[in-house]
Amino acid sequence: MQSLGLEVLFKGKNFARLLGGLWTALQISLISIAISMVLGTLLGILVGRKNGIGRVLMRCYLEFIHIMPQMVLLFIVFFGTAKAFGWNLSGELSSVIVFSLWGTAEMSDLVRGAVTSVPVIQYESAMALGLSRPQVFRFVILPQALRRLIPQSINLITRMIKTTSLVLMIGVVEILKVGQQIIEANRKSSPNAAFGVYLTIFLLYFLLCWPVSLLARQLEKRWG
Amino acid sequence: MAEPVLTIEHVMKKYESQTVLYDVSLQVHKGEVIVIVGPSGSGKSTLLRCINALEEIQNGEIRLGDQPIRSGAKDLPQIRQKIGMVFQSYELFPHLTVMNNILLAPMKAQHRQKEEVKAEAMTLLTRIGLADKADSYPRQLSGGQKQRVAIVRALCMHPEILLFDEVTAALDPEMVREVLEVILQLADQNKTMLIVTHEMQFARAVADRIILLEEGKIRDDTTPEEFFDHPKTELARRFLQSFEYSRTSKGDNQGLSDRPRIPSAQYS
Amino acid sequence: MDWEYVAKILPLYGKAAVLTVRIGVLGILFAILVGLLCSVVRQMKIPVLKQLASVYIELSRNTPLLVQLFFIYYGLPKIGIKTDPETCGVAGLAFLGGSYMAEAFRSGLEAVGKIQHESALSLGLTGLQTFRYVILPQAFAISIPGITANVIFLLKETSVFSAISLMDLMFTAKDQIGLYYKTTECLVLLVVFYLLILLPVSLLGSLLERRVRHAEFGT
Repeated sequence: MQSLGLEVLFKGKNFARLLGGLWTALQISLISIAISMVLGTLLGILVGRKNGIGRVLMRCYLEFIHIMPQMVLLFIVFFGTAKAFGWNLSGELSSVIVFSLWGTAEMSDLVRGAVTSVPVIQYESAMALGLSRPQVFRFVILPQALRRLIPQSINLITRMIKTTSLVLMIGVVEILKVGQQIIEANRKSSPNAAFGVYLTIFLLYFLLCWPVSLLARQLEKRWG
Repeated sequence: MAEPVLTIEHVMKKYESQTVLYDVSLQVHKGEVIVIVGPSGSGKSTLLRCINALEEIQNGEIRLGDQPIRSGAKDLPQIRQKIGMVFQSYELFPHLTVMNNILLAPMKAQHRQKEEVKAEAMTLLTRIGLADKADSYPRQLSGGQKQRVAIVRALCMHPEILLFDEVTAALDPEMVREVLEVILQLADQNKTMLIVTHEMQFARAVADRIILLEEGKIRDDTTPEEFFDHPKTELARRFLQSFEYSRTSKGDNQGLSDRPRIPSAQYS
Repeated sequence: MDWEYVAKILPLYGKAAVLTVRIGVLGILFAILVGLLCSVVRQMKIPVLKQLASVYIELSRNTPLLVQLFFIYYGLPKIGIKTDPETCGVAGLAFLGGSYMAEAFRSGLEAVGKIQHESALSLGLTGLQTFRYVILPQAFAISIPGITANVIFLLKETSVFSAISLMDLMFTAKDQIGLYYKTTECLVLLVVFYLLILLPVSLLGSLLERRVRHAEFGT
């Protein structure tokens, strides 16, 4: 039977190295996710306000981030800042900047969507009961908005984890890069390593993202 | 007496734990207009849905003429073509114009010529005053107009019996009349109809027979005069009372709980 | 900005953009096909196929395109499935996009009310006729915003194709930056070309969405 190249994973520390690569990517995701959640929430609440020039700038930022592929954004930050400001940002830092900018834009959209999804009549009926504005927000709007927002933000987390795989393209040594190195080093002994290694990486990403997706779906169903 | 158009024999309908219809039997003869009344949750709508095999029945039999109606049967589409049904929520197809709503089933299910059906549809639309709406989309019509179109849509199939499931319950009060008048016209043309409604005045005017359904059982089956003027059963009396309102003199009531209790009329 | 340089490499970018669009369009068409198949299989509840579709959808949605491409392009040849980069790009995009399209169609189908189904049946239409004339046209219209969002998403995802040595826009930009260090020009061109591809689709999408969102038919 033809070898599936899975044996390289059991050689030396290869599997541990792969996991290490995944952890590198995951660290970038987690930091970006944390920044995005905080900034995105703030931005999402603020962007609804009428505020002339700031609002226009915000919209431009959001539109640009939305329409550009994340790869292009990575290139702009990674190559562009070196040229424009002479900064020599590492691949890791560039990725955190880009994914935070992108995540913030996405998150702010979700927050705005969640707040506006509560029908106006809900505000009105709460006001009519004599609740104050903060009370209306705290007891009526927020609980409803959160039920929509939480599953969607969890979905954003999986999207960000998946997108972080792009850092390979600006030279960060993450799981795919480690995979390449392992395949290269075992070219002679395991010519079919590419199959086993990339299948493993595929499954590792799946095992990472799937439970998170399931959680999001569960919450969506419960609160839908 | 001639063979009934519709025969319902010992029908029982159960949802998981709850029985909705117990042993219901009923015969509908040609040209007869039967109005089914009863408190909400009594099984009226379920009975209509069973006739069209939209619900499966657990026991008994329903026949159109001598053809049994069974859910899942191969010939179900053919039988359903002979049973017209009008829903509370109109259910016009939003992506089709009024005319195409009417044409769809006669052309696709009965394979009739487009021109012939179109001419018939136009005649009917003219009769109900909606000829100019033939090319409109459902969302451009009022609720009353939609419901009248839904009736025409059912009529164009030349059904042997028409089922009306609370067809005015979703309408604004001023539109109820325009729909009910169409149904009254149909009664004058000797159409066979089975009508579920909460409009008691209308029931009295249109019905040949009134059926009182309560908790899944037929409790009364009589003429409208008998039913409304000389209700025989205690149940019928209580049911009719639930449509009347009374109050004690003004300053008496301190709050809701002090009001004399209105018999629990429920409109669904 | 070195305009002379820009003029010189413009054709190169043009060629790369054509490649991006070609693979993008083909991949999206196949994605729609895969998505339709999946949603029909799930809607009709065909045993085995239904479960397969669900497994595929979960795998596709919970892994990055880059990893999918690596597996298809570098991994599969080891078990005898060899493809050229372009086919691989189309296949990868179809594999990723199929699940997203399937979800768009599913939500469209679910949005058509149960009573619409019943009212069509009560007119004597068969199950197939009901699906064909009543459910499908409505479901499709409702799915349009989801579909266009997916189209834009998938077009953006094509930006990783350079990883399987396709000479697309990203590849060209990186190559040129490495060769001549004309970073500003290369990045500006990159942005402009992606805008040229994505803006029309995005505008068309929001136009369609506005039409569909309010009331589907008859304006």
